[in-house]
Amino acid sequence: MSAVNAAGWRPEMGSAAAGSAETTSGDKALMLEEALIFELREPGTCGVDIDAADRGPVAGLARFLRKAPAALPGLSEPETVRHYTRLSRQNYAIDLGPFPLGSCTMKHNPRLNEKVARMPGFADVHPLAPQQSARGALEVINQLAFWLIELTGMHGVAMSPKAGAHGELCGVLCIKAALEARGENRTVMLVPESAHGTNPATAAFAGFSIESIPATADGRVDLAALTARLGPDVAGVMITNPNTCGLFEREMKTISDAVHAAGGYVYCDGANFNAIVGKVRPGDLGIDAMHINLHKTFSTPHGGGGPGSGPVVLSKALSPFGPLPYTARMPDGTVRLIEEEDGAAEHPQSFGRMAAFHGQMGMFTRALAYILSHGADGLARVAEDAVLNANYVLRSLEGELEAPFAGSGPCMHEALFSDAGLAEGFTTLDIAKGLIDEGFHPMTVYFPLVVHGAMLVEPTETESKAGLDRFIGSLRSLARRAKQGDEGLKSAPHFAPRRRLDETQAARKPVLVWKGDAAA
Amino acid sequence: MRYLPLTPAERSEMLGVIGAATVDDLFVDVPAAARLSAPIAGLPMHASEMAVERHMAALSAKNLSAGAVPFFLGAGAYRHHVPASVDHLIQRGEFLTAYTPYQPEIAQGTLQMLFEFQTQVARLFGTEIANASMYDGSTACWEAVAMAGRVTRRKRAVLCSGLHPHYVATVRTMAKFTGDTIEASAPRLEAEPDTAGVIAAIDDQTSCVVVQYPDILGRVTDLAAIAEAAHAKGALLVAVVTEPVALGLIEAPGALGADIVVGEGQSLGVGLQFGGPYLGLFGCSEKFVRQMPGRLCGETVDAEGKRGYVLTLSTREQHIRREKATSNICTNAGLCALAFSIHMTLLGGTGLDRLARLNHARAQATAERLARVPSVAVLNSAYVNEFTVVLPQDAREVVRALADRQVLGGVSLGRLYPDAPDLANGLLVCASEMTSDEDIEALAVALEGVLA
Repeated sequence: MSAVNAAGWRPEMGSAAAGSAETTSGDKALMLEEALIFELREPGTCGVDIDAADRGPVAGLARFLRKAPAALPGLSEPETVRHYTRLSRQNYAIDLGPFPLGSCTMKHNPRLNEKVARMPGFADVHPLAPQQSARGALEVINQLAFWLIELTGMHGVAMSPKAGAHGELCGVLCIKAALEARGENRTVMLVPESAHGTNPATAAFAGFSIESIPATADGRVDLAALTARLGPDVAGVMITNPNTCGLFEREMKTISDAVHAAGGYVYCDGANFNAIVGKVRPGDLGIDAMHINLHKTFSTPHGGGGPGSGPVVLSKALSPFGPLPYTARMPDGTVRLIEEEDGAAEHPQSFGRMAAFHGQMGMFTRALAYILSHGADGLARVAEDAVLNANYVLRSLEGELEAPFAGSGPCMHEALFSDAGLAEGFTTLDIAKGLIDEGFHPMTVYFPLVVHGAMLVEPTETESKAGLDRFIGSLRSLARRAKQGDEGLKSAPHFAPRRRLDETQAARKPVLVWKGDAAA
Repeated sequence: MRYLPLTPAERSEMLGVIGAATVDDLFVDVPAAARLSAPIAGLPMHASEMAVERHMAALSAKNLSAGAVPFFLGAGAYRHHVPASVDHLIQRGEFLTAYTPYQPEIAQGTLQMLFEFQTQVARLFGTEIANASMYDGSTACWEAVAMAGRVTRRKRAVLCSGLHPHYVATVRTMAKFTGDTIEASAPRLEAEPDTAGVIAAIDDQTSCVVVQYPDILGRVTDLAAIAEAAHAKGALLVAVVTEPVALGLIEAPGALGADIVVGEGQSLGVGLQFGGPYLGLFGCSEKFVRQMPGRLCGETVDAEGKRGYVLTLSTREQHIRREKATSNICTNAGLCALAFSIHMTLLGGTGLDRLARLNHARAQATAERLARVPSVAVLNSAYVNEFTVVLPQDAREVVRALADRQVLGGVSLGRLYPDAPDLANGLLVCASEMTSDEDIEALAVALEGVLA
């Protein structure tokens, strides 16, 4: 390579600008490649100092002993820190910039939450510790439960579901148990076609047959179609509100009343509760059950795909059927955990236990810290700013991208666009991958299904106006490039750690574990 | 408010762009009757970081943390020393604040980690493949039962009596709604697990036999014998591992014939956290891959031929298949999987072997000392780091009395099995590399005092 940098190339220009320049290491300045741990070392090494055992196994264990240690390498601490630090740099994250995934709610994760969750009285307490030694932990669960009930205007809450979909299951199981208690065998669950995929999957798991309810031209549930389908075989309806088009279901109360009149129950997917927290209480709209994704509305980190946490608020009609265990405040002011031991007396109609132990405590402490930080006034402001930011994106871009429901009024927390008007052969995916080159995480694409080539942008309340303006500027320029048929967009991303990945090959011949040491 | 960047002037300017007079105009679709015009009454207003920290610290101080006292609890949640680098690395914002890796070009960090995690779990379990994690051990156990039903097209599952009662309860709850038949009973206070009883319960309608290894009483079951009996009837063997550290010492279930191995991964890297979030582990034979629940990460190449990783086989999942999905699960336990994987990367197979041997030695020291406490008997003939002692009275009262003496002495079987009076005197005792000679002596002396 010539010593003269004629092109004026600098590392931040990425590989495309560098032309054919390759390096010996494969790394390029701060763009670092990283091998698998299995390629860094062979089995037989260990990066932890562990005292030798002072005796051998008990005699009874002899026939069960492992023949050889698992074939896994152990890296020293410096190698380990470097491996994961290098890997981390290949991730986009909310700490790096906007993460406008519609319906996923990627908001800032306050670090106070992390600090609180690591307090020894929360992080280092065993779930089966005697209750007398865990009063503060039970108090946290009960305080968070109180807030969730008050914010939603509901009667009770099941805290143990481990994620949103697990919460959906909890709500649907409550409905099933309530119907059984009434001696009724209703087999149909109505699900609008704009619903999250988890809704029909959950209801099907619980043994219901699914019937889809169409959307109206303005992106809402078709009330007439829904009420026409109600009857003695319908167990209930699963509605997302605000819905996945980013719109509030104006007729929610009418829908609830109609479902109740027909003997059914109303499940609300609370994935989008962040749009209305402090502004509307779902209990006032006739909802019977709603899960709350603590990792969405209440800012607990997504962690690259979990852990989530999905408490379910319940109406008076469904509360008796909720799962064990749960916390209850006693007349003396202390909080008690009601488990199987007391369940028969205190909660006899419970449908049972959904998981070991009492829920995602590490998420409860974080969510409570967030809720206390905002308070009742701040939470309403959270919803207002989330909705304001989304409408700002909608109105700033509706001239560039087709916004199918923009004419019907404001959106809630997310703005929905379609691929109408893009040049022949250009798709939503091209715009998404173009955003990656612009330094942004793409929006949710191809969801909801009711809109062709959907692009669902949820900025959240924690984006600044300047940050939104930069994002809008990039999306506007990408929309123009896709309309003009800029071929460079078809092969984006150019500057990411990887170009487009071959997902077809991955699925056709799945390679799910490393086999580099297998005999040929 | 410190988490909200918009200023009043910016809000006004943005409303101007939108063409709305006030923010409330944006909520016009909410029926007026349901719209709240003021903060919900009776709830506190916003608070400073310092005030919230003080509130939470006061609640934390009301708990007796495991590290503060001699501590011997297990029963599905285990306290091990987690190297400092684990918690440091999982708090890197690029891991902590990333979403599910749906855009693989900018999520290779999470994806490569998951690929390594899947390999680590498969090699630990002795299975051909593993998924990218599930909610926890109990839900992974249910998913295994459900998957065995899909594979065998049978609906009768036999749960061994040594399966954690919370896992049994979780499976029973789910089965109630899918119509599966679940055979399960409480264990008996005997030195050996009832292998013959499990084998006798398998018939030609059995989808799977679920065996915890080591079991809830700390005993070790002969998996190979049960695998042979299950396979002879066309049933699958599901092994459940609630303490993966034990697999440093005893043979991997997959190597003994288990078709599906699930587990709770909390004991490596994750911490106790009063019960969650934890980490469901799930491994199985490659031939079942398309029946597997949960996310899978797979290797592929990018447009330039470079190796890379993606989420794959998503045609099993709810966002594609909707009501025909193998499971309704939408998340995994990504950050807990990362913690597990980092801890396992530090240990390696050699370190896990050493750690398990040290755990076992500390448990032996504990068992030997407790056996010298008058009228206390150790039940197990074999165990790794957890065993059962039989006390002369109800262990629930003893556990509470020990806690009054600032000793967290174990988990009473009465709490786990309130309907089985013959188990009431049983106490589960767990030791680990964290257990000192002083801790053991403190437990023994406190127990002598309580039983005197």
